Amino acid sequence: MIRAVIVMNTQGKPRLLKFYEFQPPEKQQELTRSVFAGQGALLSGRPDNVSNFVEADAIFGPVIFSSLLFVSFVAEITKKKKQEEFKEGTRLVYKHLATLYFVFVFDSCENELAMLDLIQVLVETLDRCFKNVCELDIVFNFNKMHTILDEIIFGGQVLETSSERVLKAVEEISRLEKSSSSVSFVPKSVSGRFGR
Amino acid sequence: MAATSSSPSLVDTLFQRSLDDLIRALRSSSSSSVLEAAAIARALDEIRREIRSPDLDTKAVALQKLTYLASLHHLDMSWAAFHALELLPSPSLPHPRVAYLAASLSFHPSSTDLLPLATHQLRKHLAPSPSNTPALVAPALHLLALASSADLACHLASDLLPILSGPLRPKAIATALRAFAVCPDAAPVLFKPLVDCLSLSSEPRAVSAAVSAFCELALAAPDPSPYLPLAPEFYRLLVDSHNNWVLIKVLKIFARLAPLEPRLAVRIHDPVCHLLRRSPAKSLVFECIRTVLSSLSDHDAAVRLAVDKIKEFLASDDDPNLRYLGLQALAMLGPAYLWAVEESREVVIQSLNDTDTNIRHEALCLIMGMLCESNVVEICNLLIKYAMKSDPDFANEILDAVLATCGRNVYELIVDFDWYVSLLGEMARNPHCAKGDEIERQLVDIGLRVRDARPELVLVARDLLIDPAPLGNPFLCRVLSAAAWVSGEYVESSRNLLELVEALLQPRTNRLSSLVRAVYIQAVFKVVTFSFISFIKQIQAFDTKSSADRNAAFESENGVATADKAVIFDSIDNNETIKHESVSHLLDFVETTVGPLSECDDVEIQERARNVLGLIHIIRETRYWDIVAEHGLTRDKKISEIVELMEAAFSEELGPVSTNAQKRDTVPEGLILNENLSDLAEILGDIDVTPCTSILFSLRCHHPTETKEDSAPVIEPSSLLAEHRKRHGLYYLPTEKDEVESNDYPLASDPLLAVSHVDDAKDIVKLTAQSFIPRKAKPTKPRPVVIRLDEGDGVSRSGLTMVKEFKDDLLSGAIRNVLLGNESKPSSSRDMSSDRTSRRGENDASNNNDLFSQPKESNALDGRKHRKSSSRKSRHHARHKEKNGSPGNEDIEETSHRHSTRSSRHQGRHKHRQRGDAPPDVVSQEPVIQDFLL
Repeated sequence: MIRAVIVMNTQGKPRLLKFYEFQPPEKQQELTRSVFAGQGALLSGRPDNVSNFVEADAIFGPVIFSSLLFVSFVAEITKKKKQEEFKEGTRLVYKHLATLYFVFVFDSCENELAMLDLIQVLVETLDRCFKNVCELDIVFNFNKMHTILDEIIFGGQVLETSSERVLKAVEEISRLEKSSSSVSFVPKSVSGRFGR
Repeated sequence: MAATSSSPSLVDTLFQRSLDDLIRALRSSSSSSVLEAAAIARALDEIRREIRSPDLDTKAVALQKLTYLASLHHLDMSWAAFHALELLPSPSLPHPRVAYLAASLSFHPSSTDLLPLATHQLRKHLAPSPSNTPALVAPALHLLALASSADLACHLASDLLPILSGPLRPKAIATALRAFAVCPDAAPVLFKPLVDCLSLSSEPRAVSAAVSAFCELALAAPDPSPYLPLAPEFYRLLVDSHNNWVLIKVLKIFARLAPLEPRLAVRIHDPVCHLLRRSPAKSLVFECIRTVLSSLSDHDAAVRLAVDKIKEFLASDDDPNLRYLGLQALAMLGPAYLWAVEESREVVIQSLNDTDTNIRHEALCLIMGMLCESNVVEICNLLIKYAMKSDPDFANEILDAVLATCGRNVYELIVDFDWYVSLLGEMARNPHCAKGDEIERQLVDIGLRVRDARPELVLVARDLLIDPAPLGNPFLCRVLSAAAWVSGEYVESSRNLLELVEALLQPRTNRLSSLVRAVYIQAVFKVVTFSFISFIKQIQAFDTKSSADRNAAFESENGVATADKAVIFDSIDNNETIKHESVSHLLDFVETTVGPLSECDDVEIQERARNVLGLIHIIRETRYWDIVAEHGLTRDKKISEIVELMEAAFSEELGPVSTNAQKRDTVPEGLILNENLSDLAEILGDIDVTPCTSILFSLRCHHPTETKEDSAPVIEPSSLLAEHRKRHGLYYLPTEKDEVESNDYPLASDPLLAVSHVDDAKDIVKLTAQSFIPRKAKPTKPRPVVIRLDEGDGVSRSGLTMVKEFKDDLLSGAIRNVLLGNESKPSSSRDMSSDRTSRRGENDASNNNDLFSQPKESNALDGRKHRKSSSRKSRHHARHKEKNGSPGNEDIEETSHRHSTRSSRHQGRHKHRQRGDAPPDVVSQEPVIQDFLL
């Protein structure tokens, strides 16, 4: 399964975080930070022309979801043992595009190259959705980003790999949202009043 | 309500900032963290006020802002959980969507116990009704998938059923998967529909989702055998599907199932090879390679094909990802396929030079995997030379790998210890070396274990000690400590004692830590003792010899006996002689240099310095010291006593101690091993009982026997044992993990970084061209004896036997029940399906005939079944009962039978071929061996 999707900029500021196993906020912050500049300077330390995979067992630890499946595996010792035997194989794959890193964290149930393709799908969808996507689009479209991502990855499982269909579904949702609230969604807002 | 809290301005209450406004405000203040924190705090105040508003729109916007802050600024929003639930029933679509997003990002049963309150609302949203558009059902499912507790999953499992056949099928499948994970009891309800999704008639996206769900389940299950009956379905997908995502997942499932069912490998061989040859998708090809290497490694043709594909990967110069994965695939091959690695040798070695750290790492692992007795010398020499020129991180990685591989299992690879010891010395000279601890350990360990290596060890130690450069390097002080200890302990192998003492007492030693310095002085103590003893012995030997000589001289009337003593000393043996002057000089030197240290602040140093001075004092006091020419020395009681005493102090050889040594001691009477010592811990709570580990090093030189005894008699509770192990690590043999330290120590010498790496790599390729070819080992000298203790030595076993409690795994059990149609658990869905099966049962016989009248595979088993198809079932019944009477096996047989019949309707011949796949006798094969290769 996919354990997390992280989009962050080249300064390490998160732009989209989605963890498919529950992580408390502090832990999310820690994980994001160590993905960006962990031991051996993970993403920030990698030049551009190198491979896009990073072993991430050390950062993400054993898969919580799978450990749920191992009902009898609660004891700390057995967990250690399990790690040796199964070699969790949590990895992350990333793509560096313009000012952004797109990072997918996944376990041994996923294929590395397929994940790389999936990043491409996500980026392509964003590009079509926002017409030449840039960091600002992602910053200002928090909800839409989640809507798009949820169409592609759902509960850690890859459900859709065609950006066309994702786009259609997302458009349908925003159409429904608009029609459902005939009045403006944020009636009291005076946009930009408090800005700058 | 808003107006009552604090004192918001009129503007604030009239106008609400939208999420966009908030983001803008945060962006404008992002220049400094203080400003940003203030902006966030202000926004939070606002949100706290707004979220309590009775107006749902206001509440929704507030919640949206809070979600944004929680997600991207890591704020805690658990306090707003109830407000999120309040928005769920709103008729306006955006409201529940905002609420669901907030909840799925922040809810979890472990931290939010409010979700059960929403059970009813969730059920309402999941119910099939025209008002529940996918835009509403999908986020509800997502919340259920990410944050549901076991209870909730159980309650809502049946509500998933209608969705599992609707347009939202893929999402429902993913949700069902998570429901299994938290609540195995949901399996009976949800499993059948999931299996149905695999059929051909399903929508492709549903098939894809179902396959990945099964992949997840099978890979996570400790025992995947419950999924074996589904093999025919997966096989059909493997042959028919054109969707790469589906194929990848199916291959993963087969890789997991194949070890359980040997014939499965035979069956998937052809389709996998076909995909391997034809598929243009690299991801699929890589998955095929992985499957072949893990499950089809007995099929040479397939492995050959996979290796060829790996080579293609390795040759893709423009894509580092493919090269990296190619190397990983090579590493998967294992020792049985060294030829494959050998074939790509050149690429592997070139990869050591890659800019990509991943690729270098994999290449290094591969090279280490190729090491054997015959090539270890060449390869390690090259690697260590290479490490001299590479960057600090990789240099240490190389050192680490070499140390670990060579030290493995008590140096099993090493034949020539003289070489290895000098290699250790060379490693310590690497300007980036941060592996001092491990080098120290191995130097001492080899000293203890390999007697024949000691002379070389002393030589290497001498070279290290004489060089003033490493003294200032904090990473090397441990190595120096080992070197000092070795040259003290095995001083008899030393060639030049004075030189050694000078090295040990050179002025720059003041840069060492006091504990290492103490070791140095202790080594001086040993050297002084040794030189004195040997001097005395020499005189004694001369005494006896010269008296014999004298007798001879009297006979031959020769006047040699009257010659000056020093001359005679010289004449005894030019190499071995210790002159009186040299001993005297040594003592003088030691006295003057150690003298000031007796006033040293540090107790360790002071104590040892005083020991040395005391010894010199005793030696000086003896009568002999006034150069007595007469030969009465041997009869001098005092000297003999001193010599004996000092010899006794250091003569006992230190040896390695077995990990199991403690167990061999009998437990003293009256000692209760299982006594609860927690009270004691409380009493001692504030007393720090952990001394610094390095003290032990010197302790050990001092009273070797004492410390050993001290560790021997009691077998403590495991925690104390662990503590003891931590403190007395030296006495335990299995290696401990190295700590990886970053080496930022300023370089002592120019690391030659400027040298062109490409040329180096070429050189290495050239040089190693021969060394990788495993040659017949012709050691010029036999491998020296390496002391190995009992079974526990060197092999670090975690001591835990794999508990076979997987069987009680609830989920597997539940799924087994569902798939095998356990009668004890009737459920609505099962009734339905059994009904269906029974109806299909009519076709059963004809199908079977069909099947067996065209045995495609010339398989012995198929043939046999073909002949006996009619009597098959009863025969098996009988046999099972005879053999083991295990109830499960028979069930498996029956279900697989049922499954294939059921699916036979829409499948045709693939299923028929598959039919032989789960033959009853193979399924019932006694011990199902689990394979963790995946």
